[in-house]
Amino acid sequence: QSTLVIAEHDNEKLTPVTLNTVTAANKIGGDVSLLVTGTNCAKVVEEASKISGVSKILLADNEAFKGFLPEAITPLVLSTQKQFSFSHILAGATAFGKGLLPRVAAKLDVSPVSDIIEVKTADTFVRTIYAGNAIQTVKSNDTVKVVSVRGTAFEAADTTGGSASTEDAPAPSDENTLSSFVGQELSKSDRPELTSAKAVISGGRGMKNGENFKMLYDLADKMNAAVGASRAAVDAGFVPNDMQVGQTGKIVAPDLYVAVGISGAIQHLAGMKDSKVIVAINKDPEAPIFQVADYGLVADLFKAIPEMDAAVSS
Amino acid sequence: MSMRVLVGVKRVIDYAVKVRVKPDKMGVVTDGVKHSMNPFDEIAVEEAIRLKEKKIVKEVVAVSCGPTQSQETIRTALAMGCDRGIHVEITGKEYENLQPFHVSKILAKIAKEEDVDMVILGKQAIDGDNNQTGQMTAAVLDWPQATFASEVKKNNGDLTVTREVDGGLETINVKLPAVITTDLRLNEPRYATLPNIMKAKKKPIAKKTVADYDVDISPRQEVLSVEDPPVREAGSKIIGNTV
Repeated sequence: QSTLVIAEHDNEKLTPVTLNTVTAANKIGGDVSLLVTGTNCAKVVEEASKISGVSKILLADNEAFKGFLPEAITPLVLSTQKQFSFSHILAGATAFGKGLLPRVAAKLDVSPVSDIIEVKTADTFVRTIYAGNAIQTVKSNDTVKVVSVRGTAFEAADTTGGSASTEDAPAPSDENTLSSFVGQELSKSDRPELTSAKAVISGGRGMKNGENFKMLYDLADKMNAAVGASRAAVDAGFVPNDMQVGQTGKIVAPDLYVAVGISGAIQHLAGMKDSKVIVAINKDPEAPIFQVADYGLVADLFKAIPEMDAAVSS
Repeated sequence: MSMRVLVGVKRVIDYAVKVRVKPDKMGVVTDGVKHSMNPFDEIAVEEAIRLKEKKIVKEVVAVSCGPTQSQETIRTALAMGCDRGIHVEITGKEYENLQPFHVSKILAKIAKEEDVDMVILGKQAIDGDNNQTGQMTAAVLDWPQATFASEVKKNNGDLTVTREVDGGLETINVKLPAVITTDLRLNEPRYATLPNIMKAKKKPIAKKTVADYDVDISPRQEVLSVEDPPVREAGSKIIGNTV
């Protein structure tokens, strides 16, 4: 048994989901190697070598991996797999991992397992279907298991105490001539990242417009919280889609989740119902969000949020 | 330039239906439950039709793999504006065990046979939530993949695609032919009008089987159980406007 975890990072820092994925890999058992692929990513290697539970880092530092395109990284994973014959290949179930792993799996002619929330045994995994309305336990009969991991379902591996050795990954089996990276426009924010924040405040259709989200940003800054939104708020154009919490957006599980003006559609609940404490503010006492909330406040959010803000400030 | 596009349309339990786990814990209840086209596939159909309206594309073919009722989903796609359909009939146990792994191989065969320039699929189906088919179809074909697209622009021999990634937006170029998977913001799908629904009845749907494509659909995974998620107890509710 041996697992390859494909690290996710921005050439400067590891993305937190990589640590959760290492934990999932250690639950499977056996040696865990980390594939770090990027462009001038020495800092990431240094950070990664200290992760507890990782025995080896395979490094591919090359201009070719600019933009982390799946067409470029897949041939690298294939040549690495050819040399080391891992039993499992894992990555976080993020835009990066979701884009890459199925491509790798198809090339290896295996059927991948997406977005697992539990490792039962080395070949049996638990995942959600129908927006979290059913939980499926699935056994993979493929010789190589290609698995993406829901970060919020596993603890983060310790970032100290490890002493992984680093060696160069084999050369990619092929060169990417199919796609190229043009650029990115990442939302700039000093707030914590949505999927790893300890507290999340989300707004829904009840916020009425994008300007009103400022109330939530102000409150979030005082609480060191991230700000999310329901699909309804995204569809209405109040906020960008990268803030969406739900089946079709991001899955979060913070210590505290505050749902403001969110009715609680199935697809939203799928993204946040594993939060430790859920607080809901909604003026409709029948809103389904109250069925999952630990604390429900039936009130006009335009009165409640300023009061909450004042209470947090004092 | 007149390209041809293949769109995938999956019949799924309607997004507004509360799904129920079957008493034998091996799946969810589907009999007598309202089904619709996977919402992300509607976005795929809409994008293909818009490309046709802009005269970038000359023909749009809608394909669905599934039971007899999948033809209704193809009809919906035809009523929205697709030109013709292909129904790959897969039923019973075989359909229950069908995974994106198998579907991607069938779609790749059809893409080759139909000589299309672009395959547009939803980023995920809202039943299995796998988010695999587009990426795997691209891999089988050795084509580039532009996943989670929120904008698609055609240049000379390639596409510039804006993608929705975790921290915001990303732009990539992909050579044609390519596979695109759709995210929410790509467009707002139209409703089929009554005259178009009537017209769609006359559009052809080719009936096919898996044997026509020589794809092995034996299962690679076994579902051991399907269960209800743990129920979260509602806590206390305060009525009023003070905290």
